Amino acid sequence: MDFKFEGIDEDFRSEIKDFVEKELPWNWREQDLDPEDEKDSVLVRNFKRKLGDQGWLTMAWPKEYGGQAASHMRQVVFNEEMAYRGISAGDAGIRMVGPILMLYGTDEQKEQFLPKIASAEINWSQGYSEPDSGSDLASLQTRAVEDGDDFVVSGSKIWNSAHADSDWMFMLVRTEPDAPKHRGISFVLTELEGQEGVTIEKIPMMWDAYRGLVTFDNVRVPKKNLVGEQNRGWYVGAALLDFERSGVDRPARAKRVLEDLVEFCKENKKNGRLLADDPVIRNQLAELAVQVETTRLMCYNVAWMQSQDLIPNKEASITKVYGTETVNRLYGLGVKIMGLYGQLDPDSKWAPLKGRIENAWLRSFGGMVAAGTSEIQRNVIAQRGLELPRG
Amino acid sequence: MDLGLNEAQQMLKTSAQDFLSAECPDTYVREMEEDERGYTPELWTKIAEQGWLGLIIPEQYGGVELEFQDLVVLLEEMGRYMLPGPFFSTVVLGGMSIMDAGNEEQKQEYLPRIAEGQIIMTLALTEPSARWDAPGVELTATANGDSYTLNGTKLFVQNAHVSDYMVVVARTGSSEKDISLFVVPTQSDGINQTLLKTIASDRQSEVVFSDVQVPSSALLGVENKGWETIQKVMQWGAIGKCAEMSGGGQQVLDMTVDYAKQRTQFGRPIGSFQAIQHHCANMATDVEGSKFITYQAAWRLSEGLPADREVAMAKAWVSDAYRRVCALGHQSHGAIGFTKEHNMQLYSRRAKASEIMFGDTDFHLENVANIIGL
Repeated sequence: MDFKFEGIDEDFRSEIKDFVEKELPWNWREQDLDPEDEKDSVLVRNFKRKLGDQGWLTMAWPKEYGGQAASHMRQVVFNEEMAYRGISAGDAGIRMVGPILMLYGTDEQKEQFLPKIASAEINWSQGYSEPDSGSDLASLQTRAVEDGDDFVVSGSKIWNSAHADSDWMFMLVRTEPDAPKHRGISFVLTELEGQEGVTIEKIPMMWDAYRGLVTFDNVRVPKKNLVGEQNRGWYVGAALLDFERSGVDRPARAKRVLEDLVEFCKENKKNGRLLADDPVIRNQLAELAVQVETTRLMCYNVAWMQSQDLIPNKEASITKVYGTETVNRLYGLGVKIMGLYGQLDPDSKWAPLKGRIENAWLRSFGGMVAAGTSEIQRNVIAQRGLELPRG
Repeated sequence: MDLGLNEAQQMLKTSAQDFLSAECPDTYVREMEEDERGYTPELWTKIAEQGWLGLIIPEQYGGVELEFQDLVVLLEEMGRYMLPGPFFSTVVLGGMSIMDAGNEEQKQEYLPRIAEGQIIMTLALTEPSARWDAPGVELTATANGDSYTLNGTKLFVQNAHVSDYMVVVARTGSSEKDISLFVVPTQSDGINQTLLKTIASDRQSEVVFSDVQVPSSALLGVENKGWETIQKVMQWGAIGKCAEMSGGGQQVLDMTVDYAKQRTQFGRPIGSFQAIQHHCANMATDVEGSKFITYQAAWRLSEGLPADREVAMAKAWVSDAYRRVCALGHQSHGAIGFTKEHNMQLYSRRAKASEIMFGDTDFHLENVANIIGL
């Protein structure tokens, strides 16, 4: 046992802190940005380029691809410090497309995309879910039919960020409809910008943001954009990649929310009594602080396992379930603590903490559904982790 | 950084499992629930031979001189196998009090005998008020010349009925923390004890002190400074209990998963139903969390780092988590799980006892509330 993570890269932590506080164009203490929404995506992207110039975005990549081969723990420190300040630094390009291309991409694909991912020049949108294929992702129906040097793609992809300044989509498409469902899928990269046959709609979410619904109507995607073997796309997308997937950003964001709520409780009264003196609130907020700490340890464990070349499987799912559900409880408690004020939208002059808690609570339901619902994660824990029989 | 066990700890864990599975099967646990002493001297001798009683005692006093975090590994397995008897009270409560507060003479006198398994010890801290704070200590020790007179009642004293010595926490002054510790032979005149019947079938007693005379040499550490040691012992005790609970939780999870694979209803193993799978996944999450939050606090205590925050968080978390794990274990086992014959009930009864020992969740959450600035 050695839990000395405060001691890891202490200089690096302060370097990040100094840089962010000097360079960040928005006030992270008062503003929450949603990089998957159009109103914030340009601002986030521009700042990410600065992080790219520092070499930080892809520090965990191998040197041959322009990375620094930094350890997982260093990457975790970076993600934690960024997330604490409300910045999602590791996007899908850095965490998924890049590593997938390193494993399965052609030389041409690597040359074309990796440097641009590293410098945050490409904004990626994920094309996995479809209106009729959510948890049962392998049932996806977006077709890609071979035609000369191209695939002709038709279908819909949903819950993505295509509407938010996205340039490319990495997507799973069906190339062999008669094969068993997992074996007829391919992984392709599709340019969205100026693409004929692509329609992007915005779906308003219950929080202050949108997600994208993209319809492909006979869209031509060059075959050179196929990643990995044709019909092996499911395995390309699901490969247990060595990218940092501790989810440490959740407890890091939650830590800041906790700090905000503690301050709020010290400054505000209910029924003539300071909230911080209310035994029920003390108990409930302390309980969430413990849950956030436990989440953080689980995240560090996932990263630590990766640094030891162990594959976190059950552990990553446990961390995801527990982390997303903890964050949801924390925001829910925050709204409750604020009493009647908790219901106010961010633009109300009366909204405490600029309505961030209310909006974040609404948004936190997304965490428990995106990238494998809590139920799917529990299935993974039970079936892969505990080896219980499949139903 | 290393969130897991090091090589030596892994070896300790494996040898503990080998030893306990052979020497402490559930049949032994059940026998000891009914036994007058609650343990057998034969097994106590074997435990001493393993070097476990002296695991963290310095070599100069006949111990192995490992660290608290190593003891935690051992306690985890003891929780898993539900080892009955006075190990915890002797090593964590009595032994560590002496290691912390004892003078050279006292260490020479008691520690080698603890390590060799010659004496059994306990801590007499709580009273009928059932408080864990300094004002809860009302038993008085009055100085008269070169001796003290003890008067008062201690309640929930672990294994007092078989202990040779008790570390007695007594009030020696009027301000809140004027508290001192005394090593008192359990057979002293004026001590009267009565066994309590408890949920975990462990052995706790009411111990009444009526004009009990102890020499000044029985004072452990400095007069009126005893509470400083007790605060540390409470932390070691809380994390020791967390370790036992973490090991017990792992066993309940393993038992439940095994049962879910074997038990057939509606023509298929119940473990193939999502309802049961999700119960098991939730149990695995609680077991995983228990381990890390316990290890973190244990490590900090071992390193002598400030650990108030981590200890409070661990005891608050693990107390609840173990209760949840047992509840889901029961639910997944159905009716068989709450029969006397089944081992589930052995664990859930112990989970409840551990939950309230050294501060329950609410006690520790209040500490956390203070520490996070509320």
